[in-house]
Amino acid sequence: MTAKEQTIIEIPVTDLLERTRKLHGDGYRLVQIGCTGLAESYEINYSFDKEYRFQNLRITVAPGEEVPSISGIYWGAFVYENEMHDLFGIPVTGMNIDFQGAMIRTGEKHPFSVTRKGEGPCRNA
Amino acid sequence: MPERIVVPFGPQHPVLPEPIHLDLVLEDETVVDVVPSIGYIHRGLEKLVTKREYPEFVHVAERICGICSFMHGMAYVQGIEAIMDVEVPDRARYLRTIWAECSRLHSHLLWLGLFADAMGFENLFMRSWQLRESVLDVLEDTTGGRVIQGTCKVGGVRRDIKGEKLSDIQKTLPEFEQQCRDLTDVFLNDESVKYRLGGLGVIGKSEAYDLGAAGPTLRGSGVDWDARCLGYAAYADLDFKPVSHPAGDCYARCAVRLGELFTSIDLINQAVEKMPEGPIDVKVTGAPDGEYFCRVEQPRGEVVHYLKGDGTKHLTRARVRTPTLANIPPLVKMLPGCQLADVPVIVLSIDPCISCTER
Amino acid sequence: MGFCTMAKIVIRNLVHGPATRRYPAVPQRACPITRGHVTLDPAQCISCGLCMRRCPAQAIQVDKAEKVWEIDRFRCIACDACVEACPVKCLTMETTYIAPVTEQTVERHAITYVKPEKKKKPETGQAEG
Repeated sequence: MTAKEQTIIEIPVTDLLERTRKLHGDGYRLVQIGCTGLAESYEINYSFDKEYRFQNLRITVAPGEEVPSISGIYWGAFVYENEMHDLFGIPVTGMNIDFQGAMIRTGEKHPFSVTRKGEGPCRNA
Repeated sequence: MPERIVVPFGPQHPVLPEPIHLDLVLEDETVVDVVPSIGYIHRGLEKLVTKREYPEFVHVAERICGICSFMHGMAYVQGIEAIMDVEVPDRARYLRTIWAECSRLHSHLLWLGLFADAMGFENLFMRSWQLRESVLDVLEDTTGGRVIQGTCKVGGVRRDIKGEKLSDIQKTLPEFEQQCRDLTDVFLNDESVKYRLGGLGVIGKSEAYDLGAAGPTLRGSGVDWDARCLGYAAYADLDFKPVSHPAGDCYARCAVRLGELFTSIDLINQAVEKMPEGPIDVKVTGAPDGEYFCRVEQPRGEVVHYLKGDGTKHLTRARVRTPTLANIPPLVKMLPGCQLADVPVIVLSIDPCISCTER
Repeated sequence: MGFCTMAKIVIRNLVHGPATRRYPAVPQRACPITRGHVTLDPAQCISCGLCMRRCPAQAIQVDKAEKVWEIDRFRCIACDACVEACPVKCLTMETTYIAPVTEQTVERHAITYVKPEKKKKPETGQAEG
């Protein structure tokens, strides 16, 4: 299997920009930003890679809590942040390209949100 | 200063088989700004993971994309195997490598055809797809499916390739390679193709790296980063070098994909030679408890499958970051400055796969 | 250089005729393991329902009491999971694709299997165990 280790560092939201800036300075590449809905909160993983070394920063936020955008550091982060906002309803502040919830056109607002009530209209499952 | 107008590009456009929408801000014929938007085919497959048992979800994972289907399945099962600490038999790892490389061949040939079509070179389009058909035949003969292979499962593979079939495949490789060389010759040396692609949609090395580009888009800018170097499946035992090209334009991205055709052929050859004997699967019991980021190099670039389980048969989260999503920011940076007529070619040069992107 | 290569390919293709075939007048290319569509042998099916549970697309419905096996061809993804799961091998993966249709219908098959008298164990228990 994959030989290289994966590290996950849990950090508070306030440290996010500083840690990301440091990784950017070290020459890390942004791989992805992914969000996971827990029972009452969200876990957001920021994944970086440098020469096959895989690093993750993890923040945990409550529903409605604002997350600062890292698109000032990694320009390309806007796709992931807009996705996070459109699917999970996490407010991200300071995005360089803010679609205001129109990047992913879903029939229902924030379909993956943990505060969403009921299973909703899922015809096939 | 000329007047600025906004021209919508897509979601239905002759060059794209799938819907992506771009708002192009034009000054005369020159693009000055681009705003992409997606979401026309969001299927919620990531959510489906909570409704299907984890061994079944591999069928869903394969159907995330119709072209890199095998590698989505492979990335998913590798993630599960890593969480559950399953040691996959050697033969299964080699078989997966062969199928993955066949998928890469057929995906690149498909893309080359579409690209030739976008340039208006219909003959070349037909020729690429004709070659692709022979790869699909091999896939059908060995797995039973042309584009959806369905042979990966947690703990190994579902089908074996018999020894004689393996040597049959190996025997057809030299001829296929020669046909690919002819195709490469046309793509790289034909004056009209060179004129159409050279200097188009340039993105520099540091910029591509910084924007988080993946796959041929990244390597076309001279960064030789390839997720296969992580050594998953049998790649650690096989000898290959990532293909890269320094120019960063459409021509370079095309050259990288053409170069990868030969890497894939060589990898299949090596895998057949080194194919170990033995079982093709192990029995897997229990349920995944833990999390893992599985990275696999797809034809379009690096895919990340993030899987998280809580010890039940249903995973709690599967998140797929597909290469096209990572390649949208570079695309947005590539387009300003080009002519409106060049937009289809540049959009196609990142090999957009929108179904993947939206899952 | 590129021009000559292309000219050669074009001439060869002109002489060789089309690379495509006139499907469905000419049958599709198939090999013994091609996954086309699933068929049931109603005389062997023991209505254990294992295929229904293994189906990732939920295309198969088995009604034990009514002795009916149903498949929705629009949902079926021809993944082979049911064929692998079947304990009595009454399902077969045929190599031909189903003909195109315009309306979604559910195919119903009446199960004609009769339990042999001699056996003491119930078959369904065997299948699930």
